[in-house]
Amino acid sequence: MSLTATVDTRRGTLHLRVAVEVADGEVLAVLGPNGAGKSTLVRVLAGLLRPDAGRVVVDGEVWDGDGASVPAHRRRLGMVFQDALLFPHLSVADNVAFGLRTRGTGRAAARAAAEGWLTRVGLDGLGGRRPAELSGGQAQRAALARALVGDPALLLLDEPLSALDARTRLAVRAELRRHLAGFVGSTVLVTHDPVDAMALADRVVVVEEGRVVQAGTPADVSRRPRTDYVARLVGLSLLPGTAKGRLVRLDGGGAVAVAEEAAGPVFAAVRPESVSLYASRPDGSPRNVWPARLVGATPHGATVRCELAGEVPLIADVTAAAFAEMGLTPGAEVWASVKASEVAVYAR
Amino acid sequence: MSRTRETTRVPAPLLLPAALAVAFLVLPLVGLLVRTPWSELGAQLAAPGVGEALRLSLVSATLATGLSLLLGVPLAWVLARSRARGRSVLRALVTVPLVLPPVVGGVALFLVFGRQGIVGSWLDDTFGVTLPFTTAAVVIAETFVAMPFLVISVEGALRAADGRFEDVAATLGAGRWTTFRRVTLPLVAPGIAAGAVLCWARALGEFGATITFAGNFPGTTQTMPLAVYLALQRDPDAAIVLSVVLLAVSLATLLLLRDRWLGRAAA
Repeated sequence: MSLTATVDTRRGTLHLRVAVEVADGEVLAVLGPNGAGKSTLVRVLAGLLRPDAGRVVVDGEVWDGDGASVPAHRRRLGMVFQDALLFPHLSVADNVAFGLRTRGTGRAAARAAAEGWLTRVGLDGLGGRRPAELSGGQAQRAALARALVGDPALLLLDEPLSALDARTRLAVRAELRRHLAGFVGSTVLVTHDPVDAMALADRVVVVEEGRVVQAGTPADVSRRPRTDYVARLVGLSLLPGTAKGRLVRLDGGGAVAVAEEAAGPVFAAVRPESVSLYASRPDGSPRNVWPARLVGATPHGATVRCELAGEVPLIADVTAAAFAEMGLTPGAEVWASVKASEVAVYAR
Repeated sequence: MSRTRETTRVPAPLLLPAALAVAFLVLPLVGLLVRTPWSELGAQLAAPGVGEALRLSLVSATLATGLSLLLGVPLAWVLARSRARGRSVLRALVTVPLVLPPVVGGVALFLVFGRQGIVGSWLDDTFGVTLPFTTAAVVIAETFVAMPFLVISVEGALRAADGRFEDVAATLGAGRWTTFRRVTLPLVAPGIAAGAVLCWARALGEFGATITFAGNFPGTTQTMPLAVYLALQRDPDAAIVLSVVLLAVSLATLLLLRDRWLGRAAA
């Protein structure tokens, strides 16, 4: 069971041109900001939207392409939407059994399968309830059971966790992870939350403005972001520039000393906790020292995340105590420094 | 509900017209009840023709509602969901009977379904069926006038319904017909019910198109409104009693509408 898709379609101002491949049992996360085209992509995969051009092949079966398009209801897929979207007029068990009934399973067998899945997602005994009587997390679990009960070849998860509150999200994410591990088909997870992508996916593609801007393992994408969007998501400062030896001349002006030799166009990435702030120019030998202005500060656990503007824009995490001691206020002039060994550098 | 903010108090210039409007709407009904010969009520109701007219009214209004549901719900779906061009023209055409004087509707029906009409002559030649001045004509006249109420109501419900449920159904293997039956219809059921009640009430009160197209024959086409009109000229007390019966039926409909459906539809 595998998915190969190339999609080329226009929706309003968006021009989506992406190619994705997902192997058996693999989970691909499609990460990107709102309006990037993620939802358009899953709607095409689901058959809810016909692409202008492209090809969708699942398990060797052509769903889109060759001038034909298999309608959504003939595709062996399961889909979970952002809001659980359980049918309000049916009981929870009937919701889960719905896909089996439409595909011709008898009432009793469908009901038994639904009850089995409700137990697997931890909702045993709640099958007789109305969807309105479930909590958000329970409803999303039921929606997952409803999508998986038909034994789909392709599972599409469209922002499955983003409507849940933080605590519920954690529990449902763990649940989802467990079920994805046991799922033999291909899974495409659409999310704008990097944590979902890191926790659930084997591979990540980052989509921005309709194009894939980065692809790789979650660890790779989070360590070596290639766009500001991803960098901000994973909390890194991304500095594009050109390397020569152990110096990177930044495109935006200024330079960063790095520990490894590199050449040509590169990204220099700096983690917020590696940035130190000083009220006056520090003495000693740090080579990477820049004047900067504090433009934003948000508490972040025991630290304060400081956004710095200047020739080299950076994000710095300082302890709340240090922040108070330095008497930092927005607009304050500071000095920022980073050790060369703390700067990651990789080719663009 | 219990907001007493300054902005929710009724401005004085609106208060008087509003009160007048209430009086205007309620007084005639009160007058009707005051003038009702309650002591003769039983006798009047038992009079020949009254039960017949009431039965005919209820049966024909119910048949007209059934016919409207059968044809009107699919039409509402087309108006709400189809992206075909000319949809707004279609909607305008469909709602014409809403604003058309019912007598004109009756004349038009007569011209089409009458013995000399385009459809009427064909029906006569092919099946030997003549519609005018039959109970079927009553049902047709009522359907013509009342169906737009149902269509508008159901179209509104369909537009308000969350279309994503239909997407969900498609991903669960439901074709468009299955989706319509098992998802869309149940979702808009409150709207359909409200529309059906409105349609039924409109059909029950139908006068102009009925008397023009179906005539006024006791037992076959004389519905309650026709009987009221006729009685008023010969026996005003009978007209009042018949009116009170219609009023009672209308009020019962309103109660049903409010408790059963409007409340749920609004929730």
